[in-house]
Amino acid sequence: MKKILEVRGLTKIHGPGCPLCSENTGPEAETNVCVSCGSVVAAQDVSLDLHQGEILGIVGESGSGKSTVVKTLFFDAEPSAGEARFFDGDQQLDLFSLNAARQRWLRNHRFGMVYQNPNLGLNFNVSAGGNIAERLLMSDVAHYGSIRQRARDLLTRTEVLGERMDESPRRFSGGMQQRVQIAKALATRPPLLLLDEVTTGLDLSVQARILDLILEIQHELNTAMIVVTHDLGVIRLLAGRTLVMKYGQVIESGLTDQVLEDPQHAYTQRLVASAL
Amino acid sequence: MKPLLDIDGLSKHFQLHEQQKLIPSCSAVKVTVYPGQLTALTGPTGSGKSSVLKCIFRTYLPSSGRILYCDQEGKVTDLAQASEYRILQLRRRDIGFVTQFLHCLPRKSALEITIEPLLARGVSLAEAQRRGRELLAQLRVPERLWAVPPATFSGGEKQRINLARGLIARPRLLLLDEPTSSLDPGTTENVAELIDTIKQEGVGILAIFHHPELVRRLADQTVRLQASSPGMPEPC
Repeated sequence: MKKILEVRGLTKIHGPGCPLCSENTGPEAETNVCVSCGSVVAAQDVSLDLHQGEILGIVGESGSGKSTVVKTLFFDAEPSAGEARFFDGDQQLDLFSLNAARQRWLRNHRFGMVYQNPNLGLNFNVSAGGNIAERLLMSDVAHYGSIRQRARDLLTRTEVLGERMDESPRRFSGGMQQRVQIAKALATRPPLLLLDEVTTGLDLSVQARILDLILEIQHELNTAMIVVTHDLGVIRLLAGRTLVMKYGQVIESGLTDQVLEDPQHAYTQRLVASAL
Repeated sequence: MKPLLDIDGLSKHFQLHEQQKLIPSCSAVKVTVYPGQLTALTGPTGSGKSSVLKCIFRTYLPSSGRILYCDQEGKVTDLAQASEYRILQLRRRDIGFVTQFLHCLPRKSALEITIEPLLARGVSLAEAQRRGRELLAQLRVPERLWAVPPATFSGGEKQRINLARGLIARPRLLLLDEPTSSLDPGTTENVAELIDTIKQEGVGILAIFHHPELVRRLADQTVRLQASSPGMPEPC
């Protein structure tokens, strides 16, 4: 299978940063605040590979830096150091050195993001269908009829009633809002989908159906995904490989069943032992 | 004949950081499996039989030793060292694992669970369902259960679904962990016949059996593991 994404040494520091940041933070230091300069090291030296059609899990508690990784990849945050290469057809793109216009283009055409908070992924001032239309317009589909048809198809696919496509997603339930977000993210058939805690805070039954939907999409479209979650059950269900993060660093990685059944790092052992 | 699987010096121990303990599992295991033959792992409880299977499947990370697997093209991979992608590829294509207990989603039907490995290999849904029904019938799973999630099934019924899922895609190497422990004699006989059939088709099998008579009947080789002496794992 082809490699689609390669991240090396990704680092994100909030604050001035200093030469001691690296040794002052991390799982050993048990903090991500640097005592020397007060900076917060959100992610440090994160490297990962992602292949076509693969689901990679990133698991960790709040503040471990797992969301920071996908935010930088989606250009929501600028990294302090590191590289990310995106392999698209026969092109190879150095994500962090592209200009803003190219980055925007990639966001709109080749990447999809689903946020924990639907406010970030959806525009509540337009209808559910309008949200998808926005994304299609940005990716150069201009015919009104075909946009509407495609929006309807996507919403049907993600089990949002077609009759409700002209309503604002503000009035939708949390689970439905996530479905609209997924439909919007998929509108351009992106080869890379980033999912940040997409089922957190939803009812269990709703969670299950969203997770099933994600698996079906992976199966149908062979979309590569990075799934960020604190929920080991989500990782077990979705991800073939998993990274475990703590205080901004990757402390362990492996096949998901191996990470869960034979965790090597003390923290992962604690994490697995505390699962319900 | 070249072995399909050649394990030498395999040891596994668990380092529990919180408890500051080293738990030994299997040590210095030497096993070979040939195409079309069945190797049985025997030994007392706690001798690490299941751990050997899990190390081969890489659900456990081996502590030392090598696990050489020879694929269709004759390429040899050390499963103890291979990349995660290689392992995932072999799991999809070559290596099947029937664990002692069925782990599955409570919202999928028995038939859906059975045919998952076929779908993962790109077999069409209709064809996968046809073969799934055939196999479930062969394993004497009552037809009324096929469309039902196995959560409410009896131990023996669950075990047969688990077996069906492991056998359906005809892996080249099949790992069986007590596949008949909760089956009645009649069904055990069915399973024994099925195992015999797939052996004849050339599948290499490494198995742990609950019933000693199945070892006598099906095994071409037997490897007996010794109970590991606590506190004496191999240095790593």
